[in-house]
Amino acid sequence: MKRLATALLLLSSLLFSGPSSAVTPSEVLDDPVLEARAREISKGLRCLVCRNENIDDSNAQLASDLRVLVRERLVAGDNDEEVVDYIVDRYGEYVLLKPTATGANLILWIAGPAMLLIAAAVGVGYVRGRRGAPDVAAEGLSPEEEARLKDLLKE
Amino acid sequence: MIVELGHFALVLAALVALVQMTVPMIGAARRWPGWMAVAEPAAVTQFLLVGVSFAALTYAFVTSDFSLRLVVLNSHTAKPMLYKVSGVWGNHEGSMLLWVLILAIFGACAAVFGANLRPSLKARVLAVQASISVAFYGFILFTSNPFTRLAQPVPMNGEDLNPLLQDPGLAFHPPFLYLGYVGLSMAFSFAIAALIEGRVDAAWGRWVRPWTLAAWLFLTVGIGLGSWWAYYELGWGGFWFWDPVENASFMPWLLATALLHSAIVVEKREALKSWTILLAIMAFGFSLIGTFLVRSGVITSVHAFANDPERGVFILAILAVFMGGALTLYAARASAMEAKGVFAVVSRESALVANNVLLAVSAFVVFVGTIWPLVAEMAFGRKLSVGAPFFDSAFTPFMIALTALLPIGSMLAWKRASLARTMQPLWGVLVLSLAAGALVWVMQTGGSMLAPVGLTLATWVALGVAVDLWSRTGRGDLLSRLGRLRRLPGADWGKATAHFGLAITFFGIAGLTAWQSEDIRVAQVGETFEHAGYEIELREVREVPGPNYMSTMATMAIHRNGREVSVQHPEKRVYPVAQMPTTEAGIDNGIFRDVYLVIGDPQADGGWAVRTYVKPYANWIWAGCIIMALGGIFSLTDRRYRVAAGARRRRAAAAGVPAE
Repeated sequence: MKRLATALLLLSSLLFSGPSSAVTPSEVLDDPVLEARAREISKGLRCLVCRNENIDDSNAQLASDLRVLVRERLVAGDNDEEVVDYIVDRYGEYVLLKPTATGANLILWIAGPAMLLIAAAVGVGYVRGRRGAPDVAAEGLSPEEEARLKDLLKE
Repeated sequence: MIVELGHFALVLAALVALVQMTVPMIGAARRWPGWMAVAEPAAVTQFLLVGVSFAALTYAFVTSDFSLRLVVLNSHTAKPMLYKVSGVWGNHEGSMLLWVLILAIFGACAAVFGANLRPSLKARVLAVQASISVAFYGFILFTSNPFTRLAQPVPMNGEDLNPLLQDPGLAFHPPFLYLGYVGLSMAFSFAIAALIEGRVDAAWGRWVRPWTLAAWLFLTVGIGLGSWWAYYELGWGGFWFWDPVENASFMPWLLATALLHSAIVVEKREALKSWTILLAIMAFGFSLIGTFLVRSGVITSVHAFANDPERGVFILAILAVFMGGALTLYAARASAMEAKGVFAVVSRESALVANNVLLAVSAFVVFVGTIWPLVAEMAFGRKLSVGAPFFDSAFTPFMIALTALLPIGSMLAWKRASLARTMQPLWGVLVLSLAAGALVWVMQTGGSMLAPVGLTLATWVALGVAVDLWSRTGRGDLLSRLGRLRRLPGADWGKATAHFGLAITFFGIAGLTAWQSEDIRVAQVGETFEHAGYEIELREVREVPGPNYMSTMATMAIHRNGREVSVQHPEKRVYPVAQMPTTEAGIDNGIFRDVYLVIGDPQADGGWAVRTYVKPYANWIWAGCIIMALGGIFSLTDRRYRVAAGARRRRAAAAGVPAE
């Protein structure tokens, strides 16, 4: 438990220590258009040592390094896609917060729409079935309830 | 001594729960009234015993009893009293004790207020509820005992609570979430009891709805609190991160919302029965999955204070037994739940089916996205992330469809409706909302489509609510209609209020996301800079000691048009015991915008890194949550849920007569 607590502290200090929050003034590019592109790209890249945080929001040193790397590539003249590819080449697809729709990931992307189609089909089937069903609600009590009602009335 | 008493009470509570799980269930099967009647006193006794146990642990925290391992790990004498108390559930063991306490509270409430339940159903509901308790008592006593003493000499002081949790927003976030999760256990118990009885009718729908409503409104408040906390505490004003732990609370909320709506169909029209039962099972199932995700550390996050495989396996076993058992029972018995009500394709019933399809599938999308990294790694050997950008594009369409259908669906007549007639009063609202959206779109020229779409839908839902309420007052002159408006049943007001709250939240999210602006710079003390029409002055930065932390506190003034709007004190805190820094933003709250100031690090040239955000309509997000929860409260006050109370009084009066 003691070890666990230490590990936790270590983890949280990784998450929440660091110079200041997220993008620091020294990282910001002079060209506002390039900077805006850098921010947009950063929002889709994961800070590798954090829990579910993008590098734009993260305080970790590694995130800062990645932000600077993104800006360097942009200044070097890469387009957005090239910058992302460059980072993915070095750090793997783990850095992408929005997984690509390739290979097995197709399951992830298709799961929602496919389930919607199935659910909608079942729903429509149910609704159409109800339309033609005999209206049992209007029929009175079951024999059991009838007997109980008689009992109650006798009391 | 008090600690041992608490431990002993917990063991006794577990034994009582064992009795409550078995005796009434056998009694209900054999129709032995005496055995069935055991459930009620057992539920109350169980609640009192866990209450004693919880009080004992709280006492240990409040008096900083450092002979307890849990107190040493999570408390400190210098900690403010509020966080000594909230420290009780700010850790794994204590939070599980809170979980069983809430289970017992709900059980006792069902025992005390369930006088109008059929005796056999009541006995079974309480027995199922007790079986969940038994599982969690076992979990606590065997893997996570909060009452473990330290064998070593008692340490002088504790290691303090995670500083991020030392915050009023987070102090109450877990209890509300647990009230929600555990509240769904009532719906689950009702569903299982009904499956065992083989009978679901309108009365069942009426009984299960208040419990679901209560759970739903606690979940709404809990999620809102968590989101509000993230907004002001994490230092950049995000309000939702699609973190696995957030998703763990959001999936039960989506399913509880669906259940709330489908239970209406059971109650009013005796249709959708087996689906409602399945939803009740799944809603609680997702609460358990949420607990598993958070507690097992399968998906790491700050919340996962128990990265312990043994505990993970135990919870997985609980999940497997309850879900496996429930779904098997469901498969065997669901076909017996014949639907009775007949309705046309265009009807309120169909609209609620559409509501359920959208909510359930959106919960499924969140689920797939949450577990996909796990599946991809185990099955395909791909290490990948699924984050906010995925959920934003995969989840948002469902909410857009849901809100687009909402005003029409909520006005359709039961059984058989006419679309043309329903739309008649809504055309004006539709045109107005589209015009509002178009206006925003023209004004912002080329910005994101989020704002126009969000504003259109929010206006559509909000005005649709007004039209719906007004149409319920019938015909006649203004005064008599206003009078009838006041006398509309609680459920109608609840529905209107909750839908209105949704519109407010929707608008807040769209406005904030589309229009927020940000400024990052180095500022010298005494410097004034301009951002988004505000002049911000950095007046001073000083070191200030707090009760259990050191703070770097800035004083910043916000001016607009030469007039001072407010003075804020953004801070950076360091908690020496936990060795952890936190940021406390300085936020000037407003109805139409927040000005959000963050102080960063000192720079080499003597200046300070300063971040300024203007966040339009941020507070609408949580205001909407509160309004939604209020809607839940209004619905709960509906008199048809209190008919039972009247019946009990009458019965009590009748029983009192012969005694005199």
